[in-house]
Amino acid sequence: MGRTLAEKVWDDHVVRRAEGEPDLLFIDLHLLHEVTSPQAFDGLRKAGRQVRRTDLTIATEDHNTPTLDIDKPIADPVSRTQLETLRKNCAEFGVRLHPLGDVEQGVVHVVGPQLGLTQPGTTVVCGDSHTSTHGAFGALAFGIGTSQVEHVLATQTLPLAPFKTMAITVDGELPEGVTAKDLILAIIARIGTGGGQGYVIEYRGPAIEKLSMEARMTICNMSIEAGARAGMIAPDRTTFDYLQGRDHAPQGADWDAAVEYWKTLRTDDDAVFDAEVHIDAAELAPFVTWGTNPGQGAPLSARVPDPASYEDASERLAAEKALEYMGLTAGQPLREITVDTVFVGSCTNGRIEDLRSAASILEGRKVADGVRMLIVPGSVRVSLEAVAEGLDKVFTAAGAEWRHAGCSMCLGMNPDQLAPGERSASTSNRNFEGRQGKGGRTHLVSPQVAAATAVLGHLASPADLSDVATPAGV
Amino acid sequence: MEAFTTHTGRAVPLRRSNVDTDQIIPAHWLKKVTRDGFEDGLFEAWRKDPEFVLNKPQYKGATVLVAGPDFGTGSSREHAVWALQNYGFKAVISSRFADIFRGNSLKNGLLTVVLPQETVDRLQKLVEADPAAEVTVDLVDRQVRAEGISADFELDENARWRLLEGLDDISLTLREESSIVAYEANRPSFKPRTIEV
Repeated sequence: MGRTLAEKVWDDHVVRRAEGEPDLLFIDLHLLHEVTSPQAFDGLRKAGRQVRRTDLTIATEDHNTPTLDIDKPIADPVSRTQLETLRKNCAEFGVRLHPLGDVEQGVVHVVGPQLGLTQPGTTVVCGDSHTSTHGAFGALAFGIGTSQVEHVLATQTLPLAPFKTMAITVDGELPEGVTAKDLILAIIARIGTGGGQGYVIEYRGPAIEKLSMEARMTICNMSIEAGARAGMIAPDRTTFDYLQGRDHAPQGADWDAAVEYWKTLRTDDDAVFDAEVHIDAAELAPFVTWGTNPGQGAPLSARVPDPASYEDASERLAAEKALEYMGLTAGQPLREITVDTVFVGSCTNGRIEDLRSAASILEGRKVADGVRMLIVPGSVRVSLEAVAEGLDKVFTAAGAEWRHAGCSMCLGMNPDQLAPGERSASTSNRNFEGRQGKGGRTHLVSPQVAAATAVLGHLASPADLSDVATPAGV
Repeated sequence: MEAFTTHTGRAVPLRRSNVDTDQIIPAHWLKKVTRDGFEDGLFEAWRKDPEFVLNKPQYKGATVLVAGPDFGTGSSREHAVWALQNYGFKAVISSRFADIFRGNSLKNGLLTVVLPQETVDRLQKLVEADPAAEVTVDLVDRQVRAEGISADFELDENARWRLLEGLDDISLTLREESSIVAYEANRPSFKPRTIEV
């Protein structure tokens, strides 16, 4: 019987297989950041162990880093200690590090792909659940805990339990104004936050094949929000074109050999998935969340649902609690929800294409009075590219704040946070209670919806802007 | 890792679904560089409410958490497991756990037990009616027992053995050194390396 893409990549990394034991898998690339690594390095030190493969390990600083005044000492002493701990650990164990201020610094899941380190058919791990992002290249990529970080540092392998395979086939073509973010939010709303549990999801079909690498990363990034072990997309010409010429992409004869291998990384025609989901792209529209988990979403044109409409008791209770926390009323049109803050950034939507998309809508327009808009590029490289294209000028002219690269308000570990009761439209990945700051209320949106929302002050799509005049000479 | 064989203690009913790891331990706690001292961060936002179940005196000292479905979703932060353990929990019972959280738990000796939702409901009702009721989580017999309830649970044999013995995963893997070396020797040269170019 044929094999799926995920099974092929898995099989190619089995170091040891024994009856009744988890497979021991080789890890091709281990990404580190400051939050989930200190206790792992500490474990190595206590056991007198070394990092087995420093040449397959790379670190950057992203979660704690400020996005303003980066040349000054970090104000929060605890954040500073964590960054200093990473620097000390990387120096002691010989791990390559791109610290704050370095040109290759940025959100770990933006940095890996842009360096060309994330490649088809590789296994990629990081102590961060959004490692699923890298699956966009046809890599088997997943988030791990700190004990596993230590395990990979010491052995470059992980014992892993078997997974199930799920195909999500997106037929047709995404309508104008509907983005990868809308698609993945719609998928999570459909299958639920636990719908992918135990599965590696392969996204496929004509609508997926048409997506850019940036858009594919947005999709795979949020696989974890459906509970999946990982998300993958088969590599193709789009993938190879993105990789060619990047710092760590193979070169010369290695490139040819790599492409030849990468072309084999497709699910066989006779392979059978454990579960299949079909989505018709043509039926999709801009999508936003109204609740406190990423599965609680609806098309922008819809209304806040009535908890009483849920048959399942625990879903009903969850919806009740969500509306209470979010300060919303059943039946309220989603378009009438006003926001205080708009955040564009994160490993979900902090890449150059996302910034271009938001800028194209803000060009010649103004952020609504009383709305704060933060633009946080996913990496220094993304930031430099945006500046070269003049996007920073578009943002600042519109009244948005152009910030330094990092995770920023996606999880508010740095000073970029919502105040209690404040409401955001955010291009990030989690609308959990307090995620962006204690008492903060988050609506997950695409960069396009974020930009239109910033202009109008309420949840909106670019289509709603047609009657907002573009002031001449602005 | 501390071995887990069997544990008997009082239980706390947590009637919420989709308890994500941001609720279990908020992000600002993740700045710590140790594995301990997270107990005060556990469910920090909810504990501000005096009516929150963990604040009720009758559940003080409970060691088993009986949670709603999809417990531990979201972030991969192992701090969520450490916070539960630092607070005193030895086991968590739910009808469904997020994968990464479950993996992290088993690596730290926090037993995560999957039971049908109907059984979880009965356990919650029991400890709501009688907070002093004791719940036994028996890994040797793979069984949860409480007054009027006896439910078998599944856990794969390998994970169970590691927990029962309190085995360190890294030491076990390092026994496979020759297999790792053999694999490395055959890796294609086009595979990426992080050495600066």
